[in-house]
Amino acid sequence: MLAYLIRRFGQAFLVMAVMAAIVFFGLYAVGNPVDLLINPEADLAEQEETIRRLGLDKPVHVQFGYFLGGLTQGDLGTSFVHNRPALELILSRLPATLELAFLGILLAVILGIPLGMIAGLKPDAPYSKVIMTGSVIGFSTPNFWQGLMLIMLFAVFLGWLPAGGRGETVDLFGIPVSFLTWDGLGHLILPAINVAIFKMSLVIRLTRAGASEVALQDYVKYARARGLSPARVLGVHILKNIMIPVVTVLGLETGNVIAFAVVTETVFAWPGIGKLLIDSIGLLDRPVVVAYLMLTVFLFVMINLVVDIAYSILDPRVRVKRGKS
Amino acid sequence: MSDPVLSVRNLVTQFETRAGIVTAVDDVSFDVGPGEVLGLVGESGSGKTITGFSILGLIDKPGRIAGGQIVLNGQDLRQLSPPDLHKLRGDRVAMIFQDPMMTLNPVLRIDTQMIETIRAHRDVSKARAREMAIEALGLVGIPSPAERVRTYPHEMSGGMRQRVVIAIALMLEPDLIIADEPTTALDVTIQSQILSEMQKLLAERQTALIWVTHDLTVVAGLAHRVAVMYAGKIVEQGPVDALLDHPAHPYTQGLIASIPSSVPRGQRLVPIKGMTPSLINLPKGCAFAPRCPKTSDQCLSARPEQENLGSARTLRCFHPSEVSS
Repeated sequence: MLAYLIRRFGQAFLVMAVMAAIVFFGLYAVGNPVDLLINPEADLAEQEETIRRLGLDKPVHVQFGYFLGGLTQGDLGTSFVHNRPALELILSRLPATLELAFLGILLAVILGIPLGMIAGLKPDAPYSKVIMTGSVIGFSTPNFWQGLMLIMLFAVFLGWLPAGGRGETVDLFGIPVSFLTWDGLGHLILPAINVAIFKMSLVIRLTRAGASEVALQDYVKYARARGLSPARVLGVHILKNIMIPVVTVLGLETGNVIAFAVVTETVFAWPGIGKLLIDSIGLLDRPVVVAYLMLTVFLFVMINLVVDIAYSILDPRVRVKRGKS
Repeated sequence: MSDPVLSVRNLVTQFETRAGIVTAVDDVSFDVGPGEVLGLVGESGSGKTITGFSILGLIDKPGRIAGGQIVLNGQDLRQLSPPDLHKLRGDRVAMIFQDPMMTLNPVLRIDTQMIETIRAHRDVSKARAREMAIEALGLVGIPSPAERVRTYPHEMSGGMRQRVVIAIALMLEPDLIIADEPTTALDVTIQSQILSEMQKLLAERQTALIWVTHDLTVVAGLAHRVAVMYAGKIVEQGPVDALLDHPAHPYTQGLIASIPSSVPRGQRLVPIKGMTPSLINLPKGCAFAPRCPKTSDQCLSARPEQENLGSARTLRCFHPSEVSS
């Protein structure tokens, strides 16, 4: 198990290093941030002073060397634009995104799995057809459009919920969160639903496919033949067997939401890291983009690790292999 | 003989398909007494498995029991409410399925599956249920049951798994066990071991057994009575020795003639020509007529009714062989 973990983190480290190098040189090739950052009216001396301050006067490989040197001390560079350490900048925006992502995924799971089970076990019932049609609409309409419609309906016509922003926050272990205040929760609901709709549609389809397949297995009939209650047959014998694909996809999707919730964050003016990334790319704020993508890789690796551990809990047959992989 | 444990009268089970109504079990009647073993013999698709499922009320849509009575210990199971039927399944009537690789839920431990069965029917503590489970495993010849009970199905061989399933069936001391080809998927040595152990355990407890199989040789060694099914009907029924020594129905004769050991060495086996008919468009007359060596005009135009031949034998045939007794 320990060897396994070490190998996993080794892999993660390698991917992060390659990622950092590609992004670093890629952004250098895209354009010179100086053109965007410096006030055109500033005089030459001032301009040169800024370029030197940002370290942009050196050749790119020397800049990369400085970057690597900083990395060994846990320094991912300082934002060109905000003049703050890139990591600090990202971490200050991260809680908002995490909060949004987890609530969205949570909604997708607690609604998607039961709905998928219903649709899978009673495929001919009218309500199952409604569920399946809903899920097709859910993942085939564009995310930003769904967000706009939610704002139109709940914020503009009904006026029940705010259209954007994060609302009031309170500190939980020193991290500002919205979901513990009524105002914050009100601000959180619409973006979370916006994130959840697509994921939920996915979960519904996966669960339905699994349920309709598993329900025909001998062990399900056998569970019934042993006189188990329908609740136990559904909730244990069927559910446990369909969770593996659902967990796989949810793992990937969680990573996706955290890293790229930018559409939802833009539509709802949610101050998360997705918006930060887009702004930083626009301004060629290289330290922030590099740090952001490294953090993303790290998150994906961690989520995959959690997914692998979930597999072994869900399916004993995976456990045997895990020691070797 | 004392009162039968199970008495099936004129059972009809139908499936609604797109091509029309299929009568999988047609006017089937039989009794099973305490400690008695009834061999239900037939080819694939003859309705023998569906008969077993009908008794337990495990016929799923689009199938339904269309007529007849299933009387267990004087109680008509068709009149029971679903919760009452749940209580009965696994407790008073247990079922053993064909393929031990498919019957146990792969993601749940043996003890989980045994304990949930006990606790569905008996108000006992988990610890007591575990004791009962370990005891039952020991009884069916599983070595070191206290350790094996903590394993997952995939960690056991097919023979071991079928023993587990048999242990689950015997555990709550049911009045009747329905075994659907329980040894077909096992190799011959394991098969005979399991057969002799089951025989012993059932005789001790006076448990009635319906042994569904296509294998006449197994039936010859195990059953007291035999019912031969063809296209959903019992065509011949009687005590095992009388029926196998003096089969009256041409189909039974054909089955016996196609067993390798029944003919002298070197002589060609006589297969029954043709295929089992599709249940969707059965011939107007006797379902076996197209394959029968004795077919007459009467066989093609009318269906033979069930006759009593005396000495507990029944028959459906216009041209039976003489039964010397």
